[in-house]
Amino acid sequence: MREGRSASFYWLAAFFVAFVLFLYGPMIAIVLLSFQGPTGGMTFPMNGVSLHWFGKLWSGGGIVDIKSAFSRSLQLGLVVMALTVVLSTLAGLAFRKKFFGQNLLFYVTVASLIVPSIVTSLGIALQFRIFDDAIKAYAPAFISDEWTTGMGLFSSALGAHLTWTLPFGLLIMFAIFNRFDGRFEEAARDLGATPWQTFRHVVLPIILPSLVGVGLFGFTLSWDEIARSSQTIGEKNTLPLELQALTTTVTTPEIYALGTVTTGVSFLVIGIALASILLLRARQAKQGSDAGKGML
Amino acid sequence: MAKKDQPFSLPAWAQAAPFGVVFALFFIIPLAFVVMVSFWDYNDYAILPGFTVRSYVETFEGCYDQLPDLCTILKTYVSTVKFCFLVWLFTLVIGFTIAYFLAFHVQSVTTQMTLAIICTIPFWTSNVIRMISWIPLLGRNGLVNQGLIKLGIIKEPLEWLLYSDFAVVLAFVHLFTFFMVIPIFNSMARIDKRLLEAAYDAGATGWQTLWNVVIPLAKPGIVIGSIFVITIVMGDFVTVGVMGGQQIASAGKIIETRLNALQFPPAAANAVILLAITLLIITALNRFVDIRKEL
Repeated sequence: MREGRSASFYWLAAFFVAFVLFLYGPMIAIVLLSFQGPTGGMTFPMNGVSLHWFGKLWSGGGIVDIKSAFSRSLQLGLVVMALTVVLSTLAGLAFRKKFFGQNLLFYVTVASLIVPSIVTSLGIALQFRIFDDAIKAYAPAFISDEWTTGMGLFSSALGAHLTWTLPFGLLIMFAIFNRFDGRFEEAARDLGATPWQTFRHVVLPIILPSLVGVGLFGFTLSWDEIARSSQTIGEKNTLPLELQALTTTVTTPEIYALGTVTTGVSFLVIGIALASILLLRARQAKQGSDAGKGML
Repeated sequence: MAKKDQPFSLPAWAQAAPFGVVFALFFIIPLAFVVMVSFWDYNDYAILPGFTVRSYVETFEGCYDQLPDLCTILKTYVSTVKFCFLVWLFTLVIGFTIAYFLAFHVQSVTTQMTLAIICTIPFWTSNVIRMISWIPLLGRNGLVNQGLIKLGIIKEPLEWLLYSDFAVVLAFVHLFTFFMVIPIFNSMARIDKRLLEAAYDAGATGWQTLWNVVIPLAKPGIVIGSIFVITIVMGDFVTVGVMGGQQIASAGKIIETRLNALQFPPAAANAVILLAITLLIITALNRFVDIRKEL
């Protein structure tokens, strides 16, 4: 219809640029301020440039044990990522066929996205609390004497995170398989491939870039999760929970330094994920197998 | 032929089972516990199994007597719904505009994807950090106040920029416009461009095309985005806490306060109320669209 670019293009492009500035501007501000000199405060201007606040953060400088919170969050994030990829892939494959309770499972998954995080978190906390009480009251003495709680990083917190990451995983799998050409599998079957061979050599290579995306969601959503962790984490906090607690007590750029480090990890993971997606796509294109064709 | 011991020749229900078990264990059963415990009694030390509506009665205590004034719980819900509406409005207008630009004004698919990823990257970073990153801009001595004073527009720094209703809405919009952009973009990307040409040829103005062609076809994305934004804001306590300087009440924050006091049954009762109101809103929105068809 219209050739060239209309005036509205430039207005909308300007709006888009403003939106991107709105998204990234504040983040850039705290990255800059985390390099604040030792006498600097929480706002501009910069009072010199230094690594003072990072040093203070690293030495523990009076605030909570950041290093172990960091490592706890990292471990949890990696486990959540792995489980999200594996369970979503399996469920994604299952949803291509028919099975009993299919619609129910779909609605439960969507409900898990929609039910406020604090409600889910509270439920899991109550469940573990009641479970602990039951163990203490009814289990044989050699268990109940030692028992404190079943709540922890890899029980209640892991479950809470999965109720948040798996729905995203499944929705991405739907998007993948809606655009997936089933004839590739038929061809593989006709050539005598077993179901495993079909998956391993035909389906997996095609969906792999998207699975990296699922993993990216799994890790980053877990790495930054607060609301669901808040009641389910047990005694030892994850990094975002420590960070949230610090917002009310810390009045130095140290909190920006922590923010910069956390965001750095996020960006590193995003960078690795996007780079591997591009690499995988490039490989698909270069090897010129039919498998890569027809996929975005 | 098929090896029966491989997970990829298993029946579909077995493939879906681990996924389903996670939701049974960490979602369905916990929700049942929330409903159950909301009817339990409690004292200073423990929760007591039984059946009582004490937590619900306490939650709405005085609501009838104080009429026509609103009691605390109703005031809190009015304020939360107000936040919901404002955030919904802003994220919808901004999200729609961004999605429209990406879908109809960016020609190459690669550029579209790149720009969409630029909008998505902040979503993969920490919400709390994105909240505190407003401090250097909006604080008492922040850039905005410094700038306005330098320009001579104000003499005293504005106090309402941070730790205020304004800051809460701003942070919500900053954090969650993503949830509008992506579904609306997804809907718009499927609109056949020839429809727009047909509208143009039939003499429709740009606004008429937008209102009569684009918006109706983008409705599924709009509804999905709205559901996300509204449910997040309804249940939020972190954003309201941090950006409101822990001074602003919200439906989610009532639950958190009760939990910090270890009063589990009232916390559960409030969770049930929050859940009921959220589901009511979703059901209303869901009448407009079948989510599953739109994926």
